[in-house]
Amino acid sequence: MKKLLNTVYVTTEGSALKKDGENLVADVDGAERARVPLHMLASVVAFGPILISPALIGACAERGITISLMDRAGRFQARIEGPVTGNVLLRRAQYKAADQAEDIVRSIVMGKIANQRAVIRRALRDYGTEMEVPARTELEHAADRMAAILRRVQLADDTIDRLRGSEGEAANLYFGVFDHLIRSPDAELRWTCRSRRPPLDAMNALLSFLYTLLTHDCRSACETAGLDPAVGFLHRDRPGRPSLALDLMEELRAPLADRLALSLVNRRQIRAGDFRHMDSGAVLLSDEGRRTVLTAWQERKKEERQHPFLQEKAPFGLVPWLQAQMLARHLRGDIDAYPPWFWT
Amino acid sequence: MNSVLHAEEDPIPLSALQHAVYCLRQAALIHIEKLWAENHFTAEGDVLHAVADKGGTRKTRGARRVLSLPLASRRLNLTGVADLVEFYPTPQGEVSYPVEYKRGKPKLHRADEVQLCAQALCLEEMTGIAVPEGALFYAQTKRRVVVPFDDTLRALTEHVAAELSAVFDARKTPAPTTHKSRCRACSLIELCRPETFARPVRKWRDRMLDLVLGTE
Repeated sequence: MKKLLNTVYVTTEGSALKKDGENLVADVDGAERARVPLHMLASVVAFGPILISPALIGACAERGITISLMDRAGRFQARIEGPVTGNVLLRRAQYKAADQAEDIVRSIVMGKIANQRAVIRRALRDYGTEMEVPARTELEHAADRMAAILRRVQLADDTIDRLRGSEGEAANLYFGVFDHLIRSPDAELRWTCRSRRPPLDAMNALLSFLYTLLTHDCRSACETAGLDPAVGFLHRDRPGRPSLALDLMEELRAPLADRLALSLVNRRQIRAGDFRHMDSGAVLLSDEGRRTVLTAWQERKKEERQHPFLQEKAPFGLVPWLQAQMLARHLRGDIDAYPPWFWT
Repeated sequence: MNSVLHAEEDPIPLSALQHAVYCLRQAALIHIEKLWAENHFTAEGDVLHAVADKGGTRKTRGARRVLSLPLASRRLNLTGVADLVEFYPTPQGEVSYPVEYKRGKPKLHRADEVQLCAQALCLEEMTGIAVPEGALFYAQTKRRVVVPFDDTLRALTEHVAAELSAVFDARKTPAPTTHKSRCRACSLIELCRPETFARPVRKWRDRMLDLVLGTE
């Protein structure tokens, strides 16, 4: 199995990253704080005002290590990338497929709804008996309706717009009962509805931050597989938007990000005090909260699962890469469809 | 007429022939899809070649030894660099004798011989003088294995060159080799995914959905 390489997240303001021999070194106030061999690295993500030396940028570009720059709130700002990988034939196939994408979109939507539903089913299985009856009934009802949507997606000869509609319908059901999955007594951690840009409550802030991390990984996976991250199937092309990375992400949001957010809150590793409330009403993770989430995210990526299609064990962190690879093999004509990643 | 057509096409690298003998798909993944090319060649681009790559001419035992000699065949649309070609003086002129350096030891398949024979075909076309034999030098055994360019090997080499040409023209990556043992020894297996080739994904997807929705 391909090696799961590390991502270095730098959150300490005023850090300086430089190259020392074959290592990345992080200095804070002139003292060395961390040292990582470059051959162990897949990418570097820097939050806020972090200095990066030209020598390190050059070494990363040469080795295919991507550097992402985020602002202090974790919003994407820029990305430094070496020469484009992959081959033009694959990209051409991708562009051609984008004009006739129904079946790829079907796979993505199936994977996404099945995995959202799996999160609900798992909660019912794990602590359904402890739940208040109305909550349990609502969760069961949502799971049933999502099952019906899945069958429709599977069987109907739908247009992409109708598939998008089914995805939206399932997302409404899912986020409609999401609050029942939160077991923390903290009133500030209750869920109302999805809000972003900016997130308006703590749970949304947590989800948004995790989605940012997942987007980064999915985008790198596209690049590694030689795909153009900007040309998507489910997501329409929009300048500056990594549509294909967002497509790849859809199946993984619920099991990788949502499930982790719920665990962090339910295990009380993240509490109301880990968020900052801005005057505008926007809510952001505090520096401390962000560190907790990043550590948990790194751990989560090391967890191994059986890949449903490849029938081999792979760490979560490699799933975006494996899915990008399967998509590339489908586009090159090896297999008749894109196999979604079902979380089981 | 052929040569005119070929002049417009990109020539096939001589090194692709050995990949093609091993597995036509491997050759396509490396040379068409450019998959993992750096890593693959890093593993392959050994110290041996670093020595040969210095180039230059030396004289030993009456032969001229030329390192890193560029070669091409217009007829077969091939191009590449020979590790070492020795030139022996004969009354008919200098006869060339290609020597290719290989990691490891002699193999059961004929990939190395085909690559060497292709160099001989290039040399014959370029010098106009027949090349009856050459040698493979294996690092692990530190021995030269003499390879006579007989009709069988020449026919195989031409066949492989034609197959590869067709793949390059079609720009389509062919099916994996049927020799399973070759897949196990192949460094590209993770990128090739031979076990998934032509697997019916739509049927699998339907089965998975039945499974996901049925186990309740």
